[in-house]
Amino acid sequence: MSPPAVAIAAEPATPASGRGARVRVRGARRVFPGGVVALDGVDLDVAPGAFVALLGPSGCGKSTLLRLIARLDPPDGGEVSADDGGALAFVFQDAHLLPWRTVLANVALPLELRGVPAGERLAAARVAVERVGLTDASSRRPAELSGGMRMRVSLARALVTRPRLLLLDEPFAALDELTRGRLDDQLRALWLDLGMTVLFVTHSITEAAYLAERAVVFSPRPARVVADHRVDLPPLREGSLRADASFAREARVLFDALEKGGA
Amino acid sequence: MATPGVFFPRVLPPLVALLLVVGAWELLTRALAVPAFLLPPPSAIVAAARADAGVLAAAALVTARAALLGFSLSVALGVLAAVLMASSRILERALYPYTVFFQTVPIVAVAPLLVIWFGPGPAAVTVSALIVSVFPIIANTLTGLRGVDPALRDLFRLYGAGRIATLLKLELPAALPSIVTGLRVASGLAVIGALVGEFVAGFSEGGAGLGITVLSAHRQLRTDLLFAAVLSASALGLAIFGAVNLTGYLLLRRWHPSEKG
Repeated sequence: MSPPAVAIAAEPATPASGRGARVRVRGARRVFPGGVVALDGVDLDVAPGAFVALLGPSGCGKSTLLRLIARLDPPDGGEVSADDGGALAFVFQDAHLLPWRTVLANVALPLELRGVPAGERLAAARVAVERVGLTDASSRRPAELSGGMRMRVSLARALVTRPRLLLLDEPFAALDELTRGRLDDQLRALWLDLGMTVLFVTHSITEAAYLAERAVVFSPRPARVVADHRVDLPPLREGSLRADASFAREARVLFDALEKGGA
Repeated sequence: MATPGVFFPRVLPPLVALLLVVGAWELLTRALAVPAFLLPPPSAIVAAARADAGVLAAAALVTARAALLGFSLSVALGVLAAVLMASSRILERALYPYTVFFQTVPIVAVAPLLVIWFGPGPAAVTVSALIVSVFPIIANTLTGLRGVDPALRDLFRLYGAGRIATLLKLELPAALPSIVTGLRVASGLAVIGALVGEFVAGFSEGGAGLGITVLSAHRQLRTDLLFAAVLSASALGLAIFGAVNLTGYLLLRRWHPSEKG
């Protein structure tokens, strides 16, 4: 399945529609109950409309950072701010859908919780479901879908609110490689089309290189930034890029940064 | 009606077993001339059920009314209590130990107290059914509410859902499979609670229930009628259990693995 056709301006590597939110993190610290320090003194600046991969070994604290930015948890020190004006969406590692709801009703949920009238929210949900190519499955329930389809529903549910900041926490990690590659393409196409700021947490070097314009590399816990790398690849990317020398070079840089960080 | 594919492997074996047991029972009681007050043959029980069909039906209706009312009250109060306890750890710590009281209370011992408070009659019987059936509903609903996916809680928080919206759109639907499990256990217990209540409190007004039929048959040494009344009571329990199962199936079949296939 190919990603939905989108009109893409050939020029900018960063969508310039101005919808994206700016993220600013200063000296963020987070301590889990029991005293484990997950983050200590992390700084991060993300420009509006950027696509940034947060790359680090499993359990290093990058997901914790994402939860601080989403305001799901408070920082124990430092400052975290994002000027998304509440237009923020979060995609978890698994789809986490409501099993008793249809695909369409799942996608409409965020608007429903914000009190958008039924007609309006269903219309928006239909558009979001179409964007991820699931119109034919609109009235099915999560148990009747494949893992990849469920993840696309989760993505549509995140997009339905037209977020200015999209946070994804290893969203495709549990999927097979082929499905994952397709979803990577779809996510990039959606980003080029919609222009929100995207923060994508992953422990996969190739996924970070393929997806992002910029990769921030973290050390093992407590997470520190060990490298901040601009990914030098063209804005329009497709599967064949993965076999290209330029891609191998970028992956190598990220690999070295991870190693240097002690992963 | 069962289809042939289901009939032979699933329905036939228990049916044959039943016929063998009933047949052996009939033959042995006749061959050994067992006194009827000790163990009447199945044919005598059927005859008694036929002869006293009107009495049994009226009694079953009285018991059914009290059991169903007690069951409905325990559903309402049980789910409400669980929702309150799930809403705060402190409330749960304060109240949960006392809900276990309902699980452990010997209802036979408490029933006289119910008669003192509510007088003899349907009210005391209903409360007896309530007391016996409320704990499994509280415990199972609480388990269900506590088991809600934390990521979904985060999602609801992220989108600014209020307490009521979270309860109605996330917690209660997510707890529904557990609640149905609680209802299944409670449905049978409600009938038992009503019968025990009737033993102690079920006289006079509103007619006599199956518990009274059991007592009076016992006093008259009408063991055949006693058997018929006991069988009516279990049929009543099965009917309520079946209705609960059907409701659970209709509510869950579209999405929950327990009701699929």
